[in-house]
Parts: sequence; C-alpha cells; structure tokens
Amino acid sequence: MQDYFSRRRFLLESVNGISAAWVAQHWTSALAAAQHAHTLLQSAAPARFEFFTPDLATEVDAVAGRIIPTDQTPGAREAGVVYFIDRALATFASADRKLYTEGMAELQARTREKFSGVEKFSAATAEQQDEILRSLDENAGSISRPFRPAPSGQNFFETIRQHTIAGFLIDPDSDRRGNRGGAGWQVISREHEHMFQPPFGYYDKDYPGWQPAAADPEKK
Amino acid sequence: MTTGQIKYSTSDEVDFVIVGSGAAGGVMAKELSTNGFRVVVLEQGPYLKESDFVHDEVTVLRQDFLTNHPELQPNSFRKTPEEKAKPQRAVGYGRCVGGTSVHFAANYWRFHEIDFAERRKVGAIPGTGLADWPITYADLEPYYTKVEWEVGVSGLAGSSPFDPPRSEPYPMPPLPVKSSGVIFERAARKLGWHPFPAPMAILSQPRAGRSACISCGFCWGFACEVGAKSSSLASVIPMAERTGRCEIRPNSYVHRLEVNGSGRLTGAVYFDEQKNTHLQRSKAVVVCANGAETPRLLLLSANRQFPNGLANSSGLVGKYLMINSYARCVGLFEHPLNDYKGFTDSRVLHDFYELDPQKVGFYGGGGLDARFDFTPFFFALGGLPPETPRWGSSFKAALSHNFARTMEIHSSGTSLPLETNSFSLDPDLKDAWGLPALCMTYRDHPDDLKLANWLNNRGLEILDAADVRRKWSLPIAEQQFTLSLLGTCRMGSDPRVSIINPDHRTHDIKNLFLCDGSSFVTSGRGQPTMTIQALAYRAADRITALAKRGDLGA
Repeated sequence: MQDYFSRRRFLLESVNGISAAWVAQHWTSALAAAQHAHTLLQSAAPARFEFFTPDLATEVDAVAGRIIPTDQTPGAREAGVVYFIDRALATFASADRKLYTEGMAELQARTREKFSGVEKFSAATAEQQDEILRSLDENAGSISRPFRPAPSGQNFFETIRQHTIAGFLIDPDSDRRGNRGGAGWQVISREHEHMFQPPFGYYDKDYPGWQPAAADPEKK
Repeated sequence: MTTGQIKYSTSDEVDFVIVGSGAAGGVMAKELSTNGFRVVVLEQGPYLKESDFVHDEVTVLRQDFLTNHPELQPNSFRKTPEEKAKPQRAVGYGRCVGGTSVHFAANYWRFHEIDFAERRKVGAIPGTGLADWPITYADLEPYYTKVEWEVGVSGLAGSSPFDPPRSEPYPMPPLPVKSSGVIFERAARKLGWHPFPAPMAILSQPRAGRSACISCGFCWGFACEVGAKSSSLASVIPMAERTGRCEIRPNSYVHRLEVNGSGRLTGAVYFDEQKNTHLQRSKAVVVCANGAETPRLLLLSANRQFPNGLANSSGLVGKYLMINSYARCVGLFEHPLNDYKGFTDSRVLHDFYELDPQKVGFYGGGGLDARFDFTPFFFALGGLPPETPRWGSSFKAALSHNFARTMEIHSSGTSLPLETNSFSLDPDLKDAWGLPALCMTYRDHPDDLKLANWLNNRGLEILDAADVRRKWSLPIAEQQFTLSLLGTCRMGSDPRVSIINPDHRTHDIKNLFLCDGSSFVTSGRGQPTMTIQALAYRAADRITALAKRGDLGA
C-alpha cells in the first residue's frame, strides 16, 4: 500500500506539466482523501453485510464466482464482488432487491430440480453451476455499445452479471467496496494509478516525434 | 476560484439572462460580463467542483452524476412524425455548471469553408433542407482562434493539409501520442493518407492557473479533477465570475420565457431546487440550452400571443435536427497498447472531409480518429469481439487479454438536414416537474448511412494496414440516440425558413437571442463543440454591439 502511494506521489512530482503550486493546492488533499478511503476499504475487510443474510451472501458469491471465475488469476470472489453487490442493493440498486431475492430463489429451485441431492447452488460442482446459469441466461450473444448500461430490473441473470462485472472492475479507490485491492484491474492489466506519463504502450515507445508526411498534396 | 461573486435579486432587471452554462453559455457569460453587462446564468444542474469529481463508473455513468437523468427527464423517440413516440432515452447532455463540456472527449475540429457553403457547391439535394449559412468560415476564423487561446486547445497548426486557413498557431503543442495514434498514423500513411495530431480542448501545458493533463484515463464521460479539460467550468466561467458582474445560479430549471403585451421578453421563469417558481427579470435573454432544450424551451413558452411557441412564425422551431452520422470499428493487436492511459484520441484523419458525390454516389464527408474511450466496466460490456461469451472463463480470458490490446477507429460525418427530423414536445410523457418531455423524431437520410459505411470501411483498411490481429465493426443502423444536438433553430436571413438572423437574434422577438448547436445550418463532420464556441464568441460581439447602441428593442 505504502508503495502504491509513494509511487503515485513520485510520478506526480515528476510530471513536467504540473506546476508545484497546483500540487500544493490540490493533490495533497486529494491524496489524503484517497488514502483515507483506501485505508477504510482495507481495514473494513467487510465482515458485515448491509442487505444480504450470510446464507444469501454465500450463494451470491458462488454465482459471481462463476461469472468471473478464479483461475490462475483472481476472480469475482477475491475481488470482493459480493460486498459490492451488497452495498449496491443497499444504495444505488435498491430497486433490484426483489429481483435478487426472487432470482436467487428461482436459482435454488432449478438447482434442486436439475441435480437431485444438491441442496443449494453453492454446493453444486462448477460444471453443474455453469449449467444452471446457462439455463438462466436469456440474452446470450449480441454485441452492443450502450451509452449507459441497461437499467436495472430487466432480468435477474443480466442484472447480477452486470453487477458482478462492475464490482470486479470499479475504481478500487471509490467507496463502492468492489475490486478489492485492485484485483480486477490487475486481471485486465490496468495499472492501479490515476495518472500516467508517455510512453503508454508498446507501439508508442519508439515514436520519434511528429514528422510531416513525405509528400503532402497541394493545398486547396 | 470565485472572487467577487455577485448575487442579483430576481426583481432586479439585469441586462442579460443566459439560459445554460455549457460550451456556448459559458463563453456568452464571460464575454457579456467582461463587456460590462450584468448577467445571470440560469443552469438547471448543480454547481460541481473539481473535488466532487471521481472515477467511479457507477456514480458517473450509471447514476448520471454529470448528465441528464432519464427518470427525472424522460425522452420519447420515433422514426417518423406519423408514429406514436415510445418512451426511450434519446439524448445525452451535461446537466451541471459547464454542461456537456464537463464530460466531453474534447475533440476540437474547426469547420472547414465547405461546411458553410456546401449547397452552393453541390447544389440542392431533393427532399432535404440543405442550405448555406449566412456567414462564412472567414467570418468565424477570428473566433476559432479566440477559442483556441482563451478556452485552451492543444494542437499542431499546419499538420493537416486539409485544414482551413488560420490566423494564429495553436497556443500549445499537441497532447502526447498514444499507441492507437501511432498505429493509426503509420498505417494511414502507408495508404497514402494524412493523419495529424488531434486538436483537443485539453491542456498539454499548464496555462492560466490550470494544470496540464495528467493522462488519468477517465476522460470521455468523466469530469476532469485537475481542470486540464477545457470545459466551460474550468475555463470561461471563472473568468465570468471574476468580472464581479456575473452570477452563475445553479439548480435553476428555466421552463418558460415571459413575454409582455408588446411581444417582448421580460425575463425567464425557472424552478429552483425546491420546485418553487421564480421570474428573473432581464432586458434580454440569450438561450444557450443546447440543440434539444433550446427549441423545447421555445415550445414550452407558447402563449396566446405566440400559440406555436416563441420565435416560431416559420413553424420550424425544433426541425432540421442533425446528429452526425457515426461508425466505429475495433482492432485487437499483438502487444499492449495500454490505450486506457491518457485521453480519448491522439490522431485524426481529414482526407475524406469532402467527398465528391459524383464519385462515391452519396453526399457528405467526415473524419476518422484513433481512440480508446472505454473505461474498464464499459469495456467489459461492449469492447469484446461479438461472439465472446458474456461470462465465465472464456469471457474472463478475453477481457484479461484484450483490455490493453484494443483500439477503436471512430468515424463521424455529415447528417443531411431533414424537416421531418426534430425535437418536439411529447403530448403525453411528462418530466418530474410535470412539463412535456422531449420527443425526438429521427431517421437518418440514406446518404448518411452510406457515408457511415464508407468511412468505416476506410477505418477497417487502416486496421488491416496496421497488422491487426482481429477486427470487427459495430453495426451501422438508423440512430436512435444522440449526443450531437444540431440545427433545430437554424440561422438564416429569411424569416420564413430560419429562426435566428446572423446576429443570433430571433426574427420574431427583438430581445431574444439563441446560440448553441441549435443555430447550425449544416452539421459539419462531427465534433461540433469548437464551432458552437466560436459562434458564441461571435454572437457575444454582435449582441454587445446591438446593446451598446441601444438596439435590444427596449
């Protein structure tokens, strides 16, 4: 943690474009606030849920864990997605509570129906869990570029899918309780910083600077 | 930041009420207050500060922290005037002090000469209202320069052989190139084209007490927490406030302009945060509420004297809406671009700004840029190849591999002006204040869709020439949603076919002026904000001259 902040401060101070006055004025407080939020986030290693019962949390955690599974790299469970969803249902997505309670009940019914002897989703094998979720996924396929994610309340699987992804990739420095420790950003290779300097990537690292093209057309 | 903040009483007749504080309203406020006038800016959204700005996608994107809210302000949409419109989000715009300029991508293209005089060149296009502007590029050039120097635009003069003439260089060098920009530049040159550094309203160097861009990667859709993005909030509004003559009044939703018995405006009526109604008296009103809300306000202000709405003797208020044609292709590369770092785009191509209709078989032209405007959550929802599973291990693997290796090529171009494309008042749907909701009627002209396809094919050729590993396009279809709000109160000399004259004064009401995207006669090639602001600087000069010689019709 200390590393992260000192690296960020170092970067900041080494950016040519930023005046020292600006740093003094803005960043110290921003940094302090971010650090505070981060410390809270880490120390509040969320033991308490605001909406879920412990049982429901276990089941939701199992679903999220199949939407973004854990393999060689962290998945939804390591990123604390269930805590993000819990807070979402306590705050901005409170309208989706019924969808969750009913959706999870339906999910459990399907579990028992499909696999006799398996009492709950979290007790099923990964393969069984995927089969159950596939049966709930109504709108597979289709590429779209939403200006905004679809509003809540559409269908349960799509809602929990979007919540899981949001909880995995949300800014870890926000107070949404998701992307714990920046695990999601680590998986997608997004550096855990909020300021960068060129070169940014492989293709611009050897860019020699702007040169006019060899032959330009006649000016109009 | 706000020295000399002044508060006016609503009964105090100020010189100007400006409705809206965005790209146009901010410039108008700065210019008119600097010129000695007493100004109240009524902004429907809140007055947010840099310390309010976050990178949390749920807050900013999902909860519309900066933008019009679909539940409070629903829209409806239909393709043709014969249909019954269905409730649907149709427009997106900034709803805070600074307006859409707070969260825009900040591409600042000047219009070219052709955009003002295309009808003369290509002739009438049957079934469309293609017309020429009553002003030319030369009339606007000094004001484009003013935008670049005062609002703050980074770029490289002379880097595009297609650029119109300019009187001054850019005040700052371009922003750093991104990997997407290098890929685009090298490939486009292979094809014999002329990519150039993107002109952006983002500071590449500290300027006027503002920080340079820190390349945070939350740019398009987000507000800048260091004031590097040249929004009205960061640039001109502080200057307006420093005059001591301009009050920015947030949370003030103007829903009617008040007219007296002799057909003159006496002020603007607005709801405050508690939904109480006030009338701010003023000698004149300048509406800069954007190409959707400006015509809506005129229509909402209908009264016995003006039963079809204000300034609407032509019946054309809200009509000739243009939203710019649009396409997008996506490329996946072998090595990490890390294009999430920085800002939206760094290289642009204007080789196809003016296409020959005889050769290509359709009217229009456009520009391409190399970009990556996804934040992580949105990338996961819309940035992966079409057949990628939407969850599970293959989804995670694609997400993990592609995020750093993806870029997009964005094409934007002309829309033809059609009288049937419009903003109007929905007869049934109401907003949270009980006012008729905005209804959008829009169907792209077939040429606009042909153009979008044509430009997108050039984008795909660039990706091919760049050794792309995979490429795909988003489907090109008739548009049902827009951020580009143009042409709905068009400028012209003939009151029968236009709403405002070249001074931005409405033909019908002497002390009512309109200035924003609604003033446009043609759509340009996308990226209209630069022209909106140049128009605002020019309009402020004209309005100042009229006011100083006592010609506001008082």
